[in-house]
Amino acid sequence: MSLAISLTTVDKRFANGVQALTRISLDVAPGAFVALLGPSGCGKTTVLRLVAGLEQPSGGTLALGAARPTLSYVFQEPTLMPWASVADNVALPLRIARLPAAEIGARVTPALAAVGLERFAASLPAELSGGMKMRASIARALVTRPDALLMDEPFAALDEITRQRLNGDLLALWQAQRFTALFVTHSVFEAVFLAQRVIVMSPRPGRIVADIAVDAPYPRANDWRLDGRYQALCRAASAALEAGFAGVADATTAAA
Amino acid sequence: MTMNDRLLRVVVPALVLGGVVLGCGQSVRAAQIPHYILPAPSRILATLVEHFPSLAVSWWFTIKITFGALLLAAAGGVLLATVFALSRSVELALFPLAIVLQVTPIVAIAPLILIYVESTTAALLICAWIVAFFPILSNTVIGLRAADPNLRDLFRLYRATPWQRLRWLMVPSALPYFIAGLKISGGLALIGAVVAEFAAGAAGRETGLASRILEASFRTDIPRMYAALLLVALTGVAIFVLFNLLSRWLLGRWHASESGDR
Repeated sequence: MSLAISLTTVDKRFANGVQALTRISLDVAPGAFVALLGPSGCGKTTVLRLVAGLEQPSGGTLALGAARPTLSYVFQEPTLMPWASVADNVALPLRIARLPAAEIGARVTPALAAVGLERFAASLPAELSGGMKMRASIARALVTRPDALLMDEPFAALDEITRQRLNGDLLALWQAQRFTALFVTHSVFEAVFLAQRVIVMSPRPGRIVADIAVDAPYPRANDWRLDGRYQALCRAASAALEAGFAGVADATTAAA
Repeated sequence: MTMNDRLLRVVVPALVLGGVVLGCGQSVRAAQIPHYILPAPSRILATLVEHFPSLAVSWWFTIKITFGALLLAAAGGVLLATVFALSRSVELALFPLAIVLQVTPIVAIAPLILIYVESTTAALLICAWIVAFFPILSNTVIGLRAADPNLRDLFRLYRATPWQRLRWLMVPSALPYFIAGLKISGGLALIGAVVAEFAAGAAGRETGLASRILEASFRTDIPRMYAALLLVALTGVAIFVLFNLLSRWLLGRWHASESGDR
């Protein structure tokens, strides 16, 4: 069910010459929750797109633990089809996979219930709040029962209160379904709250500068945010981010 | 819509239009302009009623040409736009031709078409089609490319077939653009139908409002020219209203162009 993801010395250079990633090596165990933390433009999104197969690595190898894994992707924007109802949006991956209509109905209803949107099945995206749109986007991602869920700063555009609630709900869904979760964020606090491992990346060209284990049991509730260990880990992750910046500054000085 | 809004949208334009018509009638009478030069609105209306049976036949003919051309333009424009969206090389090869057709004034092409095409009705249809075709084509091409890049990635991730992508992503994304093109082309098709008929100078039963205007002008029957002109204008307004309603019906619930206060 859950997918192992393994990157070995992966490089990514875009056609325009931009070196997005250098020698990224990362092993994600099946069912793990891993956060990729870094400043904007550090190639976090590129890592997700490589895993999703939306980009090809320029060097190194990318191995997934299954031949044709079921992957889902949640973007920073809800990315819903504005002309289709919430239920139709959530049903889209199943329609593309040509599932019978009865089965689609039987899967969409619980998927909407899991994110608390069962009463909004017939609504159009424009009629929902930002948080509800993101819930619909997560329901669409989970309706295929994915082996891995790739999330690209999904809650970055939401207010703090909505964001904390969705963080909690996401963890509950992950515990229930145990997909492999790769979560990209630029928030230290969000990364440490959610993940078992926080991978800290440097500014472009992106490298991994730290791999911090977050050894706290699940379920994690809001009191985890007040825990001394939580705060110590946030400090460690922030320090690693700073060190990543300093590394780039050193390199620039050396080049000059 | 608030009461104030409704007042602004309906009552004010109606008052202005009525004022212009009344003012026109009054000044014509006051300045004692003879009716064979500038007829008062009341006389135009009387002429319209008197000659309505013959005008209605021509009106119907013009409507048929306009909507026939529009239908063909929509079908051809959408078909070609789809081919363009699927193949960049076909687009590069054929788009210049479409532009040549678009920029050449229809009055200049119409006489040639009338020579080559035996049936006048078919020639008129072709002329109106040429004018109406381009806005639908260019708008639909843009629309088919306007799909959200993230949604496009999502369709790739779920391994959608080209047909699924076209049907569930590209066509709905293109719809607002197509409707915008249709709104422009609706007016242009009418202009094309009328202009081509002027170029044809056709007479007889199977002719439209432009021929009635020409005939009336040969006889210096100015009120009848205005009566026919009034019907052309009414047709244009009806087309405009029709496509605005269609746009609201198709896009009203989800597209920004049809929601919110403007």
